[in-house]
Parts: sequence; C-alpha cells; structure tokens
Amino acid sequence: MDILFTGLLLGGTYALIAMGLNLQYGMARIMNLANGEVLVAGGFGAFWFWTTSQVSPLLTVFVVAPLAFALNWLIYVVILRPLVKRAKSRGQLETDAILTTFGLSFVAVGVMLAVFGGDYFSYSYLARPVHFVGDTYGLNRVVAFVSAVILCGALWLWLYNSRAGMSVRAIAVAPDSARLVGINVPRLSALAFALGGAITAMGGALVSMFLTLDASTGVIFTLKALIIVIMGGVGDIRGTVVAALLLGVLETFVARIIDPGLTLAAAYLLFVLILLLRPQGLLGKSRS
Amino acid sequence: MTRTEIQQVALAAALLAAAACLPFVSDAYLLSIGVTIAMYTVLATSWALFSGPTHYISLATAAFFGIGTYVTGMGIEHLPYWLLLPIAGLIGAVLAALVGIATLRLSGVYFVIFTLGLAELVRQIITWFQNISGQKGLYVLTAITEEHIYWQLVGLAALVFLTGWAIWRSRLGFAVRILGDDEEVARHAGINTARVKVLLFMVPGAVAAITGAILAPRYVYIEPSIAFTPMLSFQVVIMALLGGTGRLWGPIVGVIPFTFLWEAISGTFPNQTTLLLGLSFLVIVYLLPKGFVGLMQSARNRVNRREGFA
Amino acid sequence: MTKHILGLATVLAMAAGAVSAQETLTIGAVGPKTGPLAGGAAVTYWPNVQLWAHDINARGGLDVDGTKYMVEIVEYDDQTNPAQTIAAVQRLATQDEADFILPPYSTGLNLAAAPIYDRFGYPQVTSTANTGNVADLSSKFPNLYITLGAADGMVGGLVDVMSAMREAGEIGNTVAMVNVADAFGIELAEAARPAFEEAGFEIVYDTSYPLGTQDISPVVRGAKEAAPDSFVAFSYPPDTFALTEQAIIEDLDVKVFYTAVATAFPAYGGRFGAAADGVMGIGGVNAFDPAFQEYAARHEEVTGAKPDSWASAMVYSTFQIYEQAIEGAGSVDKADVAAFIADNDFETLIGTISWDENNNNAAYWTVGQWQDGVYTGIASTGRDGAVDPILKDGWE
Repeated sequence: MDILFTGLLLGGTYALIAMGLNLQYGMARIMNLANGEVLVAGGFGAFWFWTTSQVSPLLTVFVVAPLAFALNWLIYVVILRPLVKRAKSRGQLETDAILTTFGLSFVAVGVMLAVFGGDYFSYSYLARPVHFVGDTYGLNRVVAFVSAVILCGALWLWLYNSRAGMSVRAIAVAPDSARLVGINVPRLSALAFALGGAITAMGGALVSMFLTLDASTGVIFTLKALIIVIMGGVGDIRGTVVAALLLGVLETFVARIIDPGLTLAAAYLLFVLILLLRPQGLLGKSRS
Repeated sequence: MTRTEIQQVALAAALLAAAACLPFVSDAYLLSIGVTIAMYTVLATSWALFSGPTHYISLATAAFFGIGTYVTGMGIEHLPYWLLLPIAGLIGAVLAALVGIATLRLSGVYFVIFTLGLAELVRQIITWFQNISGQKGLYVLTAITEEHIYWQLVGLAALVFLTGWAIWRSRLGFAVRILGDDEEVARHAGINTARVKVLLFMVPGAVAAITGAILAPRYVYIEPSIAFTPMLSFQVVIMALLGGTGRLWGPIVGVIPFTFLWEAISGTFPNQTTLLLGLSFLVIVYLLPKGFVGLMQSARNRVNRREGFA
Repeated sequence: MTKHILGLATVLAMAAGAVSAQETLTIGAVGPKTGPLAGGAAVTYWPNVQLWAHDINARGGLDVDGTKYMVEIVEYDDQTNPAQTIAAVQRLATQDEADFILPPYSTGLNLAAAPIYDRFGYPQVTSTANTGNVADLSSKFPNLYITLGAADGMVGGLVDVMSAMREAGEIGNTVAMVNVADAFGIELAEAARPAFEEAGFEIVYDTSYPLGTQDISPVVRGAKEAAPDSFVAFSYPPDTFALTEQAIIEDLDVKVFYTAVATAFPAYGGRFGAAADGVMGIGGVNAFDPAFQEYAARHEEVTGAKPDSWASAMVYSTFQIYEQAIEGAGSVDKADVAAFIADNDFETLIGTISWDENNNNAAYWTVGQWQDGVYTGIASTGRDGAVDPILKDGWE
C-alpha cells in the first residue's frame, strides 16, 4: 500500500516536470530541450524568495509563472518562430528545434551560472511527516502532488472546455486544417509554448521544496520529461498524467521490492517497451 | 574505377597521410586538438553515413562510445589491447543491430528520444552491475601515448572513409541513395528498407565503440558519468550538421572549424564557455541550415547560373 | 610570439642589472564550472582558488629567493568532461606557459589529467581525488600526490568510531548501509562490507541507488523496516540532502546517522538546523582550531561564502603546499619545486602534511559530526583535535 502512495506522490512530481513539455512539444510542436533549465530557474526563484524573505514556494509560484510565461513567449516569437516558418516538413522542424533548444539550454545554463552561481539551491520547506493509512509521507511531496492535481485539472478544463483550449488542441492534431478553419496558428502556438514554460517553471518551484537543484541539473529533468511525454503520447495531457503516475509507481515498486539500484534502468526499460509496443504512446493517436 | 574516382581516392590518401604526420611537427597542445579533431571526424563521419540518407537523428553515440571505453576498462587487465578494439567494434555493431531492428520502424522523433534514452539505460545497467559485482573504479594504466591514440584514430578515420566509399559503390549504396531520396519509392522498388537501415546503423555503432575503446587509455580512470556523457552525442550531431551530411567529406568540414571555435571559446572565456557555445549552436542552426556543404553548393550554383547568363 | 619577445626582453633587462621589483607567476586552474560536478566545485574548489591568489597577492607575493612574485590565475571550465580537462591542462602548459597548475577537481578528472602533468613535469598535489590504487598510480606518475585519503581509511575511521560506541554499550550491532551507485559510493561500500563484518557488525540492509534518483524515500523506508541501530550512507550531494530530509520525515530512529559528501557543507547545517545535530559525515576538520576559524572568516570575507568543513580546507592546504614549495625551493622551476615537494613536509591549514612511500598523505580526517551547530572532526588517521562523538538523539 505504501508503495502505491509513494509511487503516486512521485508520479505527481513527474507530472509537474513533464506537463509543460507536453504543451510545448505536443501543441506548439517544439521539442524543447531547454525545458529542464526553465524548471531549474523556477526552482531558483522559490529558493531565492524563501532564503531572502521567507516567502513560501507556494506563493512564489504566482510570481514565477507570469515571468516564465513572458520569457517563453519571447523565446518562441524571436527564436523559434523563424524556424517554424522556414521548416518545409515536420521532420525538419524537429531537427531544427532539437538543435536550437539544445543550444538554448546551454545559453540558459550559462546565464543561470552567471546569475545564481554554481552552488546548490538547498532549503527546507514543509519537510514534515504526514501520517496516512499507517504510513508517513513528506508534507512537501503531498503538497506538490495536490498542486499537480490542481494544475493538471485546470489545464484539462481549459483545453477541453474553452474555445482557446479547443483551438490549441486542434493545432496539435492538424495544424494545417486548423489554419483553414480560421484558427490563428502562430499566435496559439506561441500561447501553448509560453504556457508550457510557465507550467514547467511552476513545477520547478514546487519540486525545489524537496529536490536539490543546481544550475547544471536541468538536463536530468529534460530527459525525464521527454520520456514521460513520449510514453504518454504526444499532445495528450491525460497520457502524460498516466505515464507520470505509472512511472512513479514502477520506480517505487522496483526500489522497494527488487533493488533501488535498478529504478532508473527499469524506467528506461518501460519506456523502451512502450515505444516498441505502442510507438504512438499510451494514449496517443497514431499519426502517419 | 573511373579516373576521377582514382584521383579522389589518391587525394584522400594523401590528406590522411599528411594528417598522420602531425605528431612529428606539432607540440603537445596542437596534438591534443588533433586528437579531438580525429575523434570527432571519425564519430561524425560514421554518424552521417547512417543519418545522412535515412534522416534519422541518432543520439546513441554516447551509448556506443561508453561501451567501448568499458570494454577497454574491463578487458585491459585480461586481454591484449589490440584485441579489445575489434571486440568493442563487434559489441557495438551487434548492439546497434538489435537497437536498429527494434526501433528503426519508429518514426523519426521517437527514434531520437529512444537513442537518447539508450545511453542512459546502458549506463544504468553497467553501474548497477558494477555495484553488485563489487568492482572498483576502472583504471586503464598503459604505455599508450597521445601519439598512439592519434594514429589509431587517423587509421580508424581511413577505415571509415573507405567503408563509406565502399558502401557508396556497392548495391547497398544504390539502395541507400534511393532510400535517401524517397523511402516510398525505395520500398516499391523492392528494397528491404528496414534491412538497409539496420545495416547502415551498425556502422556508427561499431565505429563509436571502437573510438571509445581507443580513447579509454587517455582517460586513465573510467567512470559511468564520464564514459556516457550525453554531451558527446549532441556534439557529434552539431558538427556533422555544420559540415553537411550529403557528402562523405561533409562532416569533417564541420568538425575542424567547430573544434577550433570550441577551443577559442573555452580558452578565451572560461566563465562564459557554456553560454557562448550555446549561442554558436544557435548561429549555426540559423545561418547554416544545410551546413558548409550546402553553402558551397549554393555558391557554386550561383556561379554556374551567372555563367549561364553570360 | 609576443611572449617570447617579452621573455627575451626580461632576460636582457635582468642581464643589464635592472631587476624589476615585481614578477608574476602564471598559475593555471582547471575545474568544473558546469556539468554534474559543478555544484560541488562551486563550494569546495573555486572559492579556494580565488582566496589563495588573494592571500598571496595581499601579502606582497611569493618570496622566491629575494624576488617577489605576484600570482595570476588562469582559469578554465572543463565542463566535468575529462577530454576538456586534458585539453585545458595542455593549453595551460603550452599556450599560457603556466608556471604551475593547481590540481583539477575530483578523482576522475585528476587522473585523466595526470599523464599531462607528468609529461610536462608539473607537480600535481591533488586535494579531491580519492583512489584505491595508489601504488600503481604513484609508480606511474611520480609527481602525483594524494592528500584526501583513501576509501579504506575513511571507512576504517567510521567503523572504529562505531565500535567504540558499541563497546561503551551505546549502540547495538545492526547497520543499514546504502550507497550511491557511482564509482565513489561503490568503492566506499565495497571497503565497508568486510570492515563492518570484521568488527562484528551485522549489515541488516544493504542497497545502492542510482545517481540522480528523484525519490529516495523507498531506500529510507527499507532501511527503517530493517530496524537498524545505525544508518550509513555513502552518498553524493543531492542525495545526502534528500536522505536526511527523508529520515526526518520518517523519523528514522537510529543512534548513528552517517551521510557522505555534503554533510560537511555549510548548506547542510543551514538547511536542517538543530535536526542536523548528531549527524556524522565523511571527513572533517578541527573546527575549533584557531587557524581554521581564521581561514573560514577570511574565506567568507573574500569569496562571500563559507567554506565546507572538510574538502575546502584540504583544497586550500594543497595550494599552500605549492606556495611553500616554491618559496622553499627558492625557484620557480618546476623540477626544483617538484623535488622540494617530494622531500619535505608541509605545515598547512590542516596540520603537517607528509608523504608516505606512495606520495600519499597518511594523516587525514575520516569522520566528522554536527555538534551544537558546528561540524567538526571526530576521527582521523593522525590529526589533532578530535572531539568525542555524540549519539544521534532524534530529529527534533
């Protein structure tokens, strides 16, 4: 039982890490390899507000999100849109996006190093036990999980019940047809990208409550997020949630029952298996 | 062989021979740059042999490279060094074949992510295995010097160029060319596209593993975080694309300037190395989308057109 | 080219008897500013490079046989990539014509660079390399010195501390042991298994976890279920924090709680406050030694950050060895200085450093502990000032 709950809590963390990338990759069609750096920047924001003025990370989120939104909007419009315009095929856009955002991730690491320094951002917040069905869990992880639920719920409502959300989903499925029915594709792509960045930064602020970050750790989160997004199915946030929870439970299960040394290996194995059996991802629709 | 082909082969052989003379004329610093260039030439050229025609971006270089360093690291105490290189190549090729069979039917982007995850998976399994077997850090203490490593890499480069050239001339190369133009057409023409791709993918797999095995003595101490650094995969891609993948000599045109650029940046701006490297990545993607090869071709086309008008 | 001309000009000037009052020594420093080890280097390595250069120049430079030499540091970021370390050391040796090169950071990067130091004859007095293979290494690289200590010594210190506590009837026999699955953690765990067994301890939980694990709670929970008397983790910085936090959350009831790298970081005490009290960690210093306290104050003043209470002092001490050897040899010639290092003992921040037959510093701190908000050494292989260990008494 504790395996299930611990796994779900970890899954919540993973959902926070991966949700933003799904919007960026699934909807805005940019595979953003600088995603982890945005997360680290969000985490730094939380660290900075907490250590300088004792502002709770849960409040910092509301500062970090609009900043990240604006920054990612700018990045999309200035740097990525020319690539989208230039691309003759989805494949070419993907290659260009991978290389550009990889370069961007370097730039981001360099900037963060200059601004934050290379030291760890380590602080303690809500590191208190919560007792639940006979076991104890970290309050900060529980809070992050609840935040993940709220965030994903809100995102889902927006995507499935608002006009803008519907249009964003339309771009994900068929960008060319979306244009034909009068959807402003460039604008909504930028919106999806910026929103994805904002969510990632919020996730960073939340996970920094219990994960120790430094300016160079972004790439670890990028990798994890990519795996979750691909596993869940690109362009479907429900898939990302399912994949994140599945991964969390699997890793916890392996750590408790088999050997903690194999958790990451098991995660990659699951990823490989899912790709082989369902290349479009758990909930993805096959695209030809 | 036609006359031009003979000329080309002779030219390539002469250039390689000239490259092999570097240790006699250079100081240690230049030689270390030489090793870097030779290493990336080998990796990027073999990478382009596969990724050029198939348009699959492979990020598995680090996985194969890491396996190669581990073959040397684990084997050096038990087997003669010269035997380790073919063993590394063999393991690399077999693993590449397995990965290829499993994944090459995936569409492009899944393949990218899969290969990126592969390095991590292999690294995790090796670390775990080391942990349960209680193996301590791997030391590769040999009498192999920088010169030896350089010559081995130049030799390997010759082999890679030869392989690329042989593939180009063979039936496989014919299939590859059709595949590169249009996969549908290739399939209709009765080409077993999956088999062609797997065969091609084995080349960079084997070559990267051998490169790792060659370089292990240079690192003296092998640990997973060093052997499987994902940076390597990206650097190879960037350099190959900077040069251009359409020609066998394309990647090397990217490797040389990029290595010097990298040297210049990390030598001049030690505190902003990462930042400036990132910016140069961006510049390359924007200004040279088809690499130097593309640039030269469009320049030539322009000249030709002008001559046509004249 | 300009450099050669300048060099020639200097020689001519000196020949003419116009000895300039001040010379400059170019000192190279290569370490990670980015990449996986950047976080540790930012705490332990780079501030000391800055502080050392500051200290020397503030006192008017190195006194080499009557001539004053100011030091000028040339830094390179190796991105935690041995290929870059190699390139940077080579660049320092041949392009920057560095007079001396400070040791790189971490075991892997030090060893990757060792052949280059060796080839150009630079002494390499390492401060952050921890290796079990000293005999082979020292015969191959005669200018390579290791000061940090070896895995069996580190583990031996811990086992001795715990044995003494057991003899005193303070702790029981059972140990839960976990390690990060990386060269460092594997080596320590490998040394610890037989050492614990020999001392009559029973390892009731023994597992590893991968570097970069994002949820350590299953490990702590597994350890807790084994109900050990002691908990020992050979961990790296992010997981040292995570293990401690999880132990607090789970209220892991042990009498000895030990984590490895980063336990001695000021951030550790800053983060856990009173809960850190009684936590043991790898390595240490004599925190009550006035020399260390003076160093710590200077460190904070010059670099704006506190030093950690283990490796920072080691790093600075090895830099002092360079400083004393250059002055002691009365020469800026690499070979003279290398010979001086080999033949002498050095009075450093952590005490006297002398070499055994493998160019190893045999006297080092093995275990430290947080006591009343201060991390200080409780066991060593021959350093003065160890305090008695205290029991870990809950997490409040």
